[in-house]
Parts: sequence; structure tokens; C-alpha cells
Amino acid sequence: MNWHSLIFIIVYILLAPFIGGLLDGMDRKISARMQRRVGPPLLQPFYDVAKLLKKQNIAVATSQTFLLLTYFVLMVVTGAMFFGGSDLLMCFFVMSTSAIFLYFAGVVTSSPYSTIGAQRELIQMMAYEPAVLLTCVGFYLAAGTFNVNEIASHDISYIAYLPGFFLSFVFILTIKMRKSPFDTSTSHHMHQELVKGLTTEMGARNLAIFQITEWYENVFLMGVIGLFIINSNPWSILATVLVILAVYFLEILIDNTSARMKWQKMLQLSWIITLFASGMNLIILMIRK
Amino acid sequence: MANIKRSPWLLHYDGSSCNGCDIEVLACLTPVYDAERFGVMNTGDPMQADILLITGGINSQNEATVKQLYDQMPRPKVVVAVGVCACTGGVFKDCYNILGGADTVIPVDIYVPGCAARPQAIIDGIVQAVDLFQKRSDEHDALVKEKKRKAKEGAARG
Ligand code: SF4
Repeated sequence: MNWHSLIFIIVYILLAPFIGGLLDGMDRKISARMQRRVGPPLLQPFYDVAKLLKKQNIAVATSQTFLLLTYFVLMVVTGAMFFGGSDLLMCFFVMSTSAIFLYFAGVVTSSPYSTIGAQRELIQMMAYEPAVLLTCVGFYLAAGTFNVNEIASHDISYIAYLPGFFLSFVFILTIKMRKSPFDTSTSHHMHQELVKGLTTEMGARNLAIFQITEWYENVFLMGVIGLFIINSNPWSILATVLVILAVYFLEILIDNTSARMKWQKMLQLSWIITLFASGMNLIILMIRK
Repeated sequence: MANIKRSPWLLHYDGSSCNGCDIEVLACLTPVYDAERFGVMNTGDPMQADILLITGGINSQNEATVKQLYDQMPRPKVVVAVGVCACTGGVFKDCYNILGGADTVIPVDIYVPGCAARPQAIIDGIVQAVDLFQKRSDEHDALVKEKKRKAKEGAARG
């Protein structure tokens, strides 16, 4: 590891929560405008987390804090590995491991609401995991390496070789970010059939940990989107930022215009899109070799 | 001292209301009134709520539920009774199963009158509740500080 990647890692660890929180605030503001409301201030997510940290801590199961902290640390490690420019495949494996700890944090309380929420989270993982793994394979076939640094310093943006993979990754992003058609596990918004799903039994401080981890996660996922666009030309950074913002806006739009989907439908849809878009792209790449 | 009044999360509980007040509470979140301007969120989870909004009176069946919801909320917390039913029992006061307003089982801080309470009045009640929420947090901080100071003095003397 050189000093270059060390700086990137430190910048990621320090700035990711702020960027993630701002994206979240933007999300709430734009959602409100789409519903013709004024909406909360841009910094609202930060106010929320500050308050959650301030409130009395009630823990249903004491091990939940430990499990959530493990989830948090593994997610930070995922992002740090990615922005430090190491192995892309490894990043996704660490991310899956961290998601398992979130599942445990849900079931450890043995509350029926959070247990069902956690089971739904597992189904969501099943829905997005194939697309995530295929994305890694796609990058390897096109670039001949899993190394993020080498992928990012190529002359041509990889989206030129991997449009199908990009499409399926953007699609599963909605599942990964637990946005509206696929928000079954946390019952975000006004859907409260599971109270708060996975997060029901998380007391104030634990919910804050969960929230901050989500910010880290979102920044990492947006980084992967950026990896499709970035190349050795410095101007590509601007294009990367623009594409990331466009994708995030698309997620907000989908979130606000679609109704909840059943998990069977979600599984079908995500696997079909993954198979078609990524599969076609994969075959073309293999033929070109 | 942390500024926590910008993020009040509500828990709305429907006692034995006629649903008139419930609809008005939900109206507060619609584009016309948009209570989310103040950071208000309707959570549905007592473990994450700051302000308990009760509509309708207390009857012998929901008495235990209301108590439990109140106990599950982390401190600091504020209770708002919305509508005359929640304040005193209202038109149902003399029914055989009604015990009275919300304050028969838990301490109520803010009373919002009206049958049904108007959205403007409810938002006004929430804004007052938010100030109380901040005040309680500040008082708690001051007590902790005082205690620490005393402990330090004690240690210095001892
Ligand atoms: S105060 Fe009036 S509108 Fe509200 S619950 Fe009671 S009877 Fe219904």
C-alpha cells in the first residue's frame, strides 16, 4: 500500500458519513418536493442521528449493539478497501459478511417483527447477490484484473464494455438501498405492517449506528457506480460525479413512483434482469476474447 | 448542550377515538400542512419515538397498552393528548367502559382541545411539545453536570 491509497482511505473514513448524510438529506428534500411538500431541512438526517445518540439507551438484547458494531466496522472496511484500491471481489465478500451481522442483529431480539424483517432482508440479499458477483466477473473479463486501482486508471471508461452489467447493478441498487418497490425489510416510509421491520427493536443509539452504517454503505455503492465511469482522464471525475448524482436521482424517482412489490416478484424480476443484461454482456465479452 | 428539538419523532396511538382526530393527525403530514418541515416523522415504533400523540379516551381494554407504550419510550419524552376525548373523555365520558382522558393512566403534558382537533391546533401542540422535549433534555444535562461537579468537589475535599 502506498501513501496515495492511504490518503484515499482516510478521506473515505472521515468524509463518507457526511457525504452519505447529505445524500440522504437531499433524498428527503427531493422526495418532499415530488410530493409537493416543503420537506425537512437538508441537514435533517444529521439532526436525527444527533438526537438518537442523545436519548436514553434501551437495549432489548445486549448483544445487539456488538452485532451492529461489527456490521458497522465491516462496512467501513469494505469501503476502505475499495477506495484504497484493492481487490473488488474481496470488497463484495466483506460487504456480504457485514450484511449477515445485520441479519443477526435483527433476529437476536427474538421479536417477531424484527425476525420477519431480517428474513426479508435475507431474501433481498438473495435477489441482489448474483448481480453483484457478475459485476465482479464482468470487470475481470474486461480489465483482466480485480484491482480497483488498475480498473480506475484505464484509458476508456469500462461502461463502454459493460453496459449490461451497469444496468443490472443500477437495478439491484434499489434493492440494496431498501427503496420503495423493495422496501420490505425495514418498512421505510408509511408502510408499517411490520412496525419498522428489521430495525423495530433497535433502541435510539443502535438505530444511530445502523443509520451511519447505511451512509457508509451508500457512499461505497455510489463508488462502484463511479468505477464504471472513471478513466485515466482527469475530466472523467466530473462525469463520474454527474452520473452518480443522476443514478441517485433515479433511485429517488423510483422510490416515489412505485408501490410495494411482493418478494416473489422481486426475486423473479431481479434475476431475470441480471440474467439478461449481465448474461448477454458476459457472452459478448467472452466471444470478443 | 445538544439541540435535539429539530428531530421530533411521533408515535400516534388511537385510543377509543371516533377516528375524527386520527384523520386530522394524518392531515398534518399531507402537503397542505406538511409537519415534516419541523423534522416530524411518524414512526410507529415506541422505542424510537420522542412524542406520544394520543387520540380518544382510555377504556378498560387499552389501559394496559397505553401504559406499556409509554414505558417503552426512551427518555426524554413528551405526551400530547389530541381532541377532547383524549383530554377528558369527551362525548364518551359517561360510557360504561370509559375511564376518562389519557391522563388517567399516564402523565399528559400538552392538551390539544377540539372535536375534532384542527390540524393547525395539532401542529401548535406539537411545536409546544418540541420545546418541552428540548427543555427536559437540557434539565437532564444540567443535573448530570451538577452531579459531576459535586463528585469532583467531594474528591478534592476527601
Ligand atoms: S374529540 Fe371528537 S373527533 Fe376527536 S375522537 Fe373524540 S369524538 Fe372523535
